[in-house]
Amino acid sequence: MSQAAATGHLETSTGLDNRKLLMWLFLSSECLFFGSLIAAYLLYRDSSVTGPYPDELFDIPFTSVSAFQLLVSSVTMVLALAAIQRGNVRAMQIWLLATALLGLLFVSGQAYEFTQFYREGLTLETNLFGTTFFVLTGFHGAHVTVGILILMSLFAVSLQGRIQKKDSLNVELAGLYWHFVDIVWIVIFTLVYLIQPGAGSN
Amino acid sequence: MTLAEYRRRRGEPADADDQIAGDAHTEKHPGALEYAQIGLILGVITAIEVGVYYVGLSQTALVIALLAFSTSKFTLVVLWFMHLKFDARLFSTMFVLAFLLALSIFAVALATLGGKLV
Repeated sequence: MSQAAATGHLETSTGLDNRKLLMWLFLSSECLFFGSLIAAYLLYRDSSVTGPYPDELFDIPFTSVSAFQLLVSSVTMVLALAAIQRGNVRAMQIWLLATALLGLLFVSGQAYEFTQFYREGLTLETNLFGTTFFVLTGFHGAHVTVGILILMSLFAVSLQGRIQKKDSLNVELAGLYWHFVDIVWIVIFTLVYLIQPGAGSN
Repeated sequence: MTLAEYRRRRGEPADADDQIAGDAHTEKHPGALEYAQIGLILGVITAIEVGVYYVGLSQTALVIALLAFSTSKFTLVVLWFMHLKFDARLFSTMFVLAFLLALSIFAVALATLGGKLV
């Protein structure tokens, strides 16, 4: 029996839930979107003729804490899904709220980082590093913000009693989006922050 | 034909809400303990990743180590948290193809326009 039939969904030609298929299609397109932005950053970060430059600005301990927050938020997100799949709405609400708060902390950290960079003289127009860095991390931050809104909407809907065990696919779809935002940051953290020209001992 | 009419024809309750992607499907997902274990592994990898950054490895060794750590974290999240290890193969195929396409664009752009990783 197809997954759709087994789960009470309308039969589909793929045998899969169309909403989930659409989410994966969307995430696949997002791979190309962020792949292009990261490639643009790597192409142009060393082409700046005026500073400030990445090694003068990046605060690795601070960004590491942010990366850790987003990673933990992925754990809380998947625990929210596990809770609703067991039918535990209360636990799901707590984990959803924890995920949204961790996401909010991450975005606040990013806003603080942007402000610091601005004070150091880096804007969107200063140099090619500034342009590509702000566009890449700004789009990622916007994705996290949208994720927080989705999580808070789910939380609000669950308070009205409209999310039960049978509706856990809604949480799973929100989770897929949230984890994708997390994996994009895993890549950005490594390629943008940790691997810099001249990094290493020689 | 409305969704309700379609369901009535199929002998399903017209007001039947969308069902969860089902018990048969969700039973395959790991439990909270396994998720917490994966989370712990991800945390440890991140800590090592940041530690390696400060150790003072040669540039080549540093890049290889960081890319290996990043790839491990990426894979763990995609397989366990996004359930690609447990879900239908079509989802994995779509995502892997898109990821490879993104990687190709990335590589071609860097190679043709003279970009470099380090």
